[in-house]
Amino acid sequence: MADSTEPRGLPTQSRRSILDTMEIDTRLLGMIGAFVIICVVFDVWTGGRFLTPRNIFNLTIQTVSVAVMATGMVFIIVMRHIDLSVGALLATCSAFMAMTQVHVLPQMLGLPLGSPLIAPIAILVGAVVGIAIGAFQGWLVGYLTIPAFIVTLGGLFVWRNVAWHLSSGQTIGPLDPAFVTLGGIDGTMGVTGSWVLGAIFAALALLMIANARRNKIKHDFPVKPIWAETVIALFAVGTILGFIWVLNAYEIPSARLSRMFEARGEAMPAGYTAGYGVPYSVLLLIVVASVMTVIAQKTRLGRYIFATGGNPEATELAGINIRFLTVKIFAIMGFLCAISAVVASARLNFHSNDIGTLDELRVIAAAVIGGTALSGGVGTIYGAILGALIMQSLQSGMAMVGVDAPYQNIVVGVVLVLAVYVDIMYRKRTGD
Amino acid sequence: MNTPTDRGTPLVEMRNMRKSFGGIHAVNDVSMTLYPGEVMGVLGHNGAGKSVLMKMLSGALTRDAGEIYIDGELANIHSPRDARRYRLETIYQTLALADNLDAASNLFLGRELVTGSGLVNDAQMEAETRKIMARLNPNFQRFHTPVKGLSGGQRQSVAISRAVYFNAKILIMDEPTAALGVEETAMVANLINELKAQGLGIFLIDHDIHAVKQLCDRASVMKNGMLVGTVKVDEVTEDDILGMIILGKRPEKGAA
Repeated sequence: MADSTEPRGLPTQSRRSILDTMEIDTRLLGMIGAFVIICVVFDVWTGGRFLTPRNIFNLTIQTVSVAVMATGMVFIIVMRHIDLSVGALLATCSAFMAMTQVHVLPQMLGLPLGSPLIAPIAILVGAVVGIAIGAFQGWLVGYLTIPAFIVTLGGLFVWRNVAWHLSSGQTIGPLDPAFVTLGGIDGTMGVTGSWVLGAIFAALALLMIANARRNKIKHDFPVKPIWAETVIALFAVGTILGFIWVLNAYEIPSARLSRMFEARGEAMPAGYTAGYGVPYSVLLLIVVASVMTVIAQKTRLGRYIFATGGNPEATELAGINIRFLTVKIFAIMGFLCAISAVVASARLNFHSNDIGTLDELRVIAAAVIGGTALSGGVGTIYGAILGALIMQSLQSGMAMVGVDAPYQNIVVGVVLVLAVYVDIMYRKRTGD
Repeated sequence: MNTPTDRGTPLVEMRNMRKSFGGIHAVNDVSMTLYPGEVMGVLGHNGAGKSVLMKMLSGALTRDAGEIYIDGELANIHSPRDARRYRLETIYQTLALADNLDAASNLFLGRELVTGSGLVNDAQMEAETRKIMARLNPNFQRFHTPVKGLSGGQRQSVAISRAVYFNAKILIMDEPTAALGVEETAMVANLINELKAQGLGIFLIDHDIHAVKQLCDRASVMKNGMLVGTVKVDEVTEDDILGMIILGKRPEKGAA
């Protein structure tokens, strides 16, 4: 047998285009391109009202709820399943949390209103409910082998109406003030906090790029030329800090500011201004996206999810318990529904009976526009978030230029089909 | 010409294996042995039960009855994971690859190398894959493409590398050359001989009598779920083997 440890010169790969050299995912580039075009078109159309800090701020907080669930939907679809129950599950989680903080804790358990314990307990209840229901549906799919389409279609009816039953169809609110800070505009990090956050993320991005390069050099793999790494690093840092800058540039209206000062018993200094900064809900989305990306790319769990999507038989023959894996991904989905329920109900400041209606379709559409293939095995977390952002931009842009609601939905539907067609053509071209 | 008794303990011994699917006896009371450094051909028509027998050995199918002994000791194989513990690896006809993943992810599927923090160590796995490929198939260079973009021979190398990398002691190969060209078939044949010289025991399911004559030491023929017989390949003709496969007729000589 030949000596396998003998070092071998790796052939230098011939590098063709600039994109090739920079190892950039052209599909990601296409999606970003589409997003930029949508933004520019609406900005021109609205006479510059679309790309204002105020609108971008609103766009991000409107996207969070669907985007959080879309990251979980990627795993579900990659494993060749589907979840039609996410909107209904969101409603059930929201109902549980609203009942917990408005009725159960203050009235039945005697916790005073405004107690710092209310928000964490309510969120915990929601998370447990979401995980339990998700895991149960996953068990029906994985162990009893009922198709996910059927299980979650049934779930759509069941959980939507469990929520109705719990709240007796009533709107429940107002929610706990601490809870409401996770909704968007009522909880932001402020200018300084946001810059600190931006600096941390920029540093993390640089660290990751440097680490990846060092790791490749350690194993004698070909690396990108240093200028390519620099361009990518600058782009990453620029994007992060630019995003923070925009959110900081949206200033809190002075009437609202003076009310905040009054609440603290102070007088607002003349000429005082403050920016909103990054909303906590957006921070939550960033955390979810990061964790889900690490799971997808760097853990065994993620590896098995993608392997199962590519070839379930082979994955099973490799000794992986794909039934239990199915339970896990549906449990993750349930947990993310609970997180979205926190954001969605906190943004409204109450639980309403129709919360999350049709979200299942938005979530699936976001994942699919983001390049997740329904045939399984292919999908990315960042793609799903971009998909959610593209849909939300379309919808709010059309609302701004005065397109009527039915036409808005018609356009979104057409875009969904078109996006999948473009993706199919792209895959055919690249043979990917 | 009786069963050789001077060969020591068999590496694998399957006794009275049975499996039925809804009243059909796919495998009916079949016993088979495999010695270290031996290639045992497993032959028969489609549906003769050879793949089912091998899948019971590799833990992919649970058996209805029968016992498996490895190195003379009763082995507890009920899942593919169990089989791997006994260093028993299988190369399936379908290659059992996740088409959307690259070579390294497939090689290590279910046995990923991880870093100290428990995350998969892709760089390390790629480095190991490059090493093993340099040995098995030096022309293999496409480490970053999903394996669905590879040729039949390259895919086969990935499937084989899995067995070789984890130091298999027992190897089941289900028609390893069915999808390959001439050159790649020769490569697999060389590899089989090399592994055999290292003392591995190999079960080789194949339809090509010629290949069986060339590569195998003994051959067991199955028909309708039953074992027709086991022969020493050198002592019988290709026609004898064909007779066993088609007519279920034992030859007069060469029984092993």
